[in-house]
Amino acid sequence: MQTANKVSQQQLTGASGQAVTALRYTGDISSASKEPVVGEYQSLDKATHKFILLDFKGVEYLNSSGIALVIQVLMEANKAGQKISICSLTPHFIKVFTMVGITKYATLYADEAAALATL
Amino acid sequence: MTMSSDSSVEVRLPSRLGFEKIAMSTAASYAKQMGFSEDRIDDLKTAVAEACINAIEHGNQFKPGISMGLVLSMSPGELEVKVLDDGNGLDKPPSPEKPDIDRKMSGEEEARGMGMFLIQALVDEVEWVPRTEGQSFVRLVIRLDKENE
Repeated sequence: MQTANKVSQQQLTGASGQAVTALRYTGDISSASKEPVVGEYQSLDKATHKFILLDFKGVEYLNSSGIALVIQVLMEANKAGQKISICSLTPHFIKVFTMVGITKYATLYADEAAALATL
Repeated sequence: MTMSSDSSVEVRLPSRLGFEKIAMSTAASYAKQMGFSEDRIDDLKTAVAEACINAIEHGNQFKPGISMGLVLSMSPGELEVKVLDDGNGLDKPPSPEKPDIDRKMSGEEEARGMGMFLIQALVDEVEWVPRTEGQSFVRLVIRLDKENE
């Protein structure tokens, strides 16, 4: 019943020339998504991946357990001095992420282009 | 699926994660038919999904032989959704607080545990009803007259 969650990585460059690592999710993000969300983030070398963009464009379903995994990534990134940005959430989940306070630790962008323009 | 009346329908779903999406879609179809806007339907979908996840995890404790109930009732201007489980329900009515992101980030508070807050924040009325006779349930209401608030 749950749609498999997949993640892919892509190296991008922000407008200021910063290297940005995009983690693009597809499918469901729920309690079953620890490996693609937290595991994939943890596979990145913290010393070399300083700017990370979490891209939700391909996400079909997201619940509070999935949001908790995003918070776990934010916790680890915060400790490691990495900057996390988030893009392509639906207006509903922009509202939800704002309600739970995620915007204090991650900047939300409408899409990848908007994120790269300011990174 | 059981039609209780012209304006009410009951669905039984397995206590397995993922089936909350069936409940979401069913509630969304009802809300759309009633004329709710897309953003209100999105609010309802998240609230229903979180209520179902609580029913599956805490109420029915993932027991495969126990189903979760979804009852949708339409009345003029409002849609009521009940999610029923076989647990005892909560001892006292909860008052879910806004998540403290600083405490979550510092590890003082679990990253999880936002479901009840989201339910309360996204619908117009919510009530957690413990088991007395039958099943315990959570009752959610969204109203058409709150559309533009």
